[in-house]
Amino acid sequence: MDGEELTEQETALYDRQIRVWGADAQRRLSKSHVLVSGMKGTVVEFCKNIVLAGVGSLTLVDDRMVTEEALSANFLIPPNDNAYGGKTIAEVCCDSLKEFNPMVRVSVEKGDLSSFGLEFYDKFDAVVISCCSFTMKKLINEKCRKSSKRVAFYNVDCRGSCGEIFVDLQNHKYSKQKLEDTVECQLEYPSFEEAMSVPWRVLPNKVTKLYFAMRVIERFEDAEGRNAGEISIEDLAGVLNLKKELCEANSLSVSLIPDTLLERLITSTGEFPPVCAIIGGILGQEVIKNISGKGVPLKNFFFFDVMDGKGIVEDISNPNTGS
Amino acid sequence: MFYLQIYLDAQAHYNCFTFFYSVMLHCGMIEKTDKLISLLNIGPNSDYFERIAINDIECLCQLCARGTIILVNHCELEEVFVLVTVHVKGRTECYECQPKPAPKTYPVCTITSTPSKFVHCIVWAKDLLFAKLFGDKNQENDLNVHSRDAASSSEHAADVFERRKDEDFDQYGRRIYDHVFGYNIDVALSNKETWKNRHTPKPIYSKDVLPDKLNQLNGNLDKSGVTDDFSSVSAMVSLGLKNPQDKWSLMESSRIFLEALKLFFLKREKEIGNLSFDKDDQLAVEFVTAAANIRAASFGIPLHSLFEAKGIAGNIVHAVATTNAVVAGLIVIEAIKVLQKDTNNYRMTYCLEHITQKMLLMPVEPYEPNKSCYVCSETPLSLEINTNRSKLRDVVEKVVKAKLGMNFPLIMHGANLLYEVGDDLDEVMVANYAANLEKVLSELPSPITSGTMLTVEDLQQELTCNINIKHREEFDEEKEPDGMVLTGWEQAPPVEEEEKSNGNGETKKDSEFEEISEPSAKKRKLPEVPEGTDLDVPNVANETKKQKEVQKLDDDDDDDFVMFDDHWDSAKNKKKRLQ
Repeated sequence: MDGEELTEQETALYDRQIRVWGADAQRRLSKSHVLVSGMKGTVVEFCKNIVLAGVGSLTLVDDRMVTEEALSANFLIPPNDNAYGGKTIAEVCCDSLKEFNPMVRVSVEKGDLSSFGLEFYDKFDAVVISCCSFTMKKLINEKCRKSSKRVAFYNVDCRGSCGEIFVDLQNHKYSKQKLEDTVECQLEYPSFEEAMSVPWRVLPNKVTKLYFAMRVIERFEDAEGRNAGEISIEDLAGVLNLKKELCEANSLSVSLIPDTLLERLITSTGEFPPVCAIIGGILGQEVIKNISGKGVPLKNFFFFDVMDGKGIVEDISNPNTGS
Repeated sequence: MFYLQIYLDAQAHYNCFTFFYSVMLHCGMIEKTDKLISLLNIGPNSDYFERIAINDIECLCQLCARGTIILVNHCELEEVFVLVTVHVKGRTECYECQPKPAPKTYPVCTITSTPSKFVHCIVWAKDLLFAKLFGDKNQENDLNVHSRDAASSSEHAADVFERRKDEDFDQYGRRIYDHVFGYNIDVALSNKETWKNRHTPKPIYSKDVLPDKLNQLNGNLDKSGVTDDFSSVSAMVSLGLKNPQDKWSLMESSRIFLEALKLFFLKREKEIGNLSFDKDDQLAVEFVTAAANIRAASFGIPLHSLFEAKGIAGNIVHAVATTNAVVAGLIVIEAIKVLQKDTNNYRMTYCLEHITQKMLLMPVEPYEPNKSCYVCSETPLSLEINTNRSKLRDVVEKVVKAKLGMNFPLIMHGANLLYEVGDDLDEVMVANYAANLEKVLSELPSPITSGTMLTVEDLQQELTCNINIKHREEFDEEKEPDGMVLTGWEQAPPVEEEEKSNGNGETKKDSEFEEISEPSAKKRKLPEVPEGTDLDVPNVANETKKQKEVQKLDDDDDDDFVMFDDHWDSAKNKKKRLQ
């Protein structure tokens, strides 16, 4: 393995997890750089996970000021009014995250995701965004793809009791334990834009209804020019109309996207902490798999719904090319 | 306000708890109060509305009996694989219904004479050699077990571990070294039968491995003498070995062995005689790693690094933050259902490492209560007995203690107390109960006759059950020697009995033996469901039922007890009722 040995301090601190993924993986983790944007419940859970896991550095982007609403699912914001006078959410979270593990460099980057140039994205091994519009997701994903080295892209969204993760690892190589041997494997991922352009009718049977429902809401918000999550029960009629249009255009039966599910998704826009913990945990695991090169990463969507308790993986890619 | 009580295994799941706590906090399910701190370490004998246990097996078993509500996370983190289950009395099977694999044990002779795996060497180094040299001298120890046959050598063995007057530490260490790695192996080799089908061990003497004048080689001891701080005493530091991931050569292990032994006598003499192995005790881990590796070398077993040896010796539970976070989230979701009495939607959830049927999180329905289990089903027990001849003592000894396993029973007939055990009883009561014990059932102050329903409780386990009494005149002396027959009850799986004996038919003395579990034993296969099967939950449940198992937890960790409650006055209610 390239690079220096783990320090004594690192070996002691990460003892239990080194027993899970080995010293090589820990070394790769401690040299990795991660960017996150949109410091809401799920991303905060994710940050905590990878800071505890011992990544090299973590950069936070979120210029919003701390509000009551932000407090509700963000355990990194101390419930103490004096602590964050004039600070942005990213700055407050940064202070708290440093306490979780002093060996990780946590910092804040001010500005808007779309304004950062390619050279900015070059610095990272993984980029995780949340609360972004349809257009923004495509844009950031493209920037990651254009970067001179491979930058993994993750998008995560939670709507009430449901959550979704999208993963683009481009061309990912990993090692897999098969009986006694270690096998080298490779996966081709589509970009977010490519995945979105896969016609619904060519998707395999029984793709989870959450996939379609999330797309309907995403398109609705995009068409209305709203930010992610700016939706309420009053939009139900509009959402149902759009669903009908999309289903017709894709020759998909309208019954595959239950109205009750759409209603549930737009009613509870707030975050539900246990769902954040679960989605943030899965996302943390996926980023660690990617950085360490150990374990089979998921391709390319993950869904969780409290109602049935299932954590489902769907491969949304062009069946002909696989990407 | 909800009343929740949370039990957990302190070290291994501290993280899980903090996440759980923060999630709960944000759900508004609990309020953060200073009380939390003052409520730490309160015993489990209180009466609460809901209880949640995380990974504390002791507590779990008691809670199941109480019929309260429990969520468990079974950790098998070697494969980052976890299971979250719910146990609710009357709705699901109890925690103990699933057979748990007996902890891996090793026959004494494997440990003392014929190790074939590294873990055998670790057990030997930790439980025998380390205990012999630094532990309680009065404790029986099998270290010299094989030299018992050779009567002539028994004296040689008796005092070899005592340091002689004026013997310097290097001499002493080398004498111990030569005895356990050289002489003892030579003695074992003399029994040719043993080695017919086995790899023959090679005796190792210190002079063959190390130069005579060791002191000049490692004169660094003074460096470690700068401080007397317990945790900084390290043979690795004295010898300039840094990386715990490295495998030491036989010579390095031998030097660590002698150095660690010497450091124990020089720096930590006061503790000698009371030491027991602790995975956080650096010097102890170094000593055990070195000794296990020398023994492994002698028996042709592959060597292991300090890091690996520490994991085996300390039964370290693997832990990663991501899995804990997912588990905490799942627990909260189940806890909310429990609090909302949403009994039809309880799920047990497998967190899978590999995607199975498109899923990483696979929920299955909890199993129904087991009808033959008196803990989780509500089937009353029935006791056939001659009420005109049997005494209350017979019922207490033969049924309540021997079969139901209650050590502190309380027996009631309606509202009348017939018998109880406890420290806070006054003399009159004690005399009263003693008199009752000797009375025939039908002549008790509140007579027990056919059709009587007795209520039996165990204060310690908080277990209650009802026994229906049926009078019967005659019993078959051969088939029913107790003179009574209890039905509705099944013998618990005899896990404990297995633990007590070993291949030699000897009785184990050292409880640590049972605690070593072999890592490979943890592997668990995931259910395979035939192709084309829909995601049918009950189907999956059947497939997986057989495979549920739980990993014995690390006993090195102290069990902590934490709860959140505003109304803990109710803790006293039970006591009051009994007085």
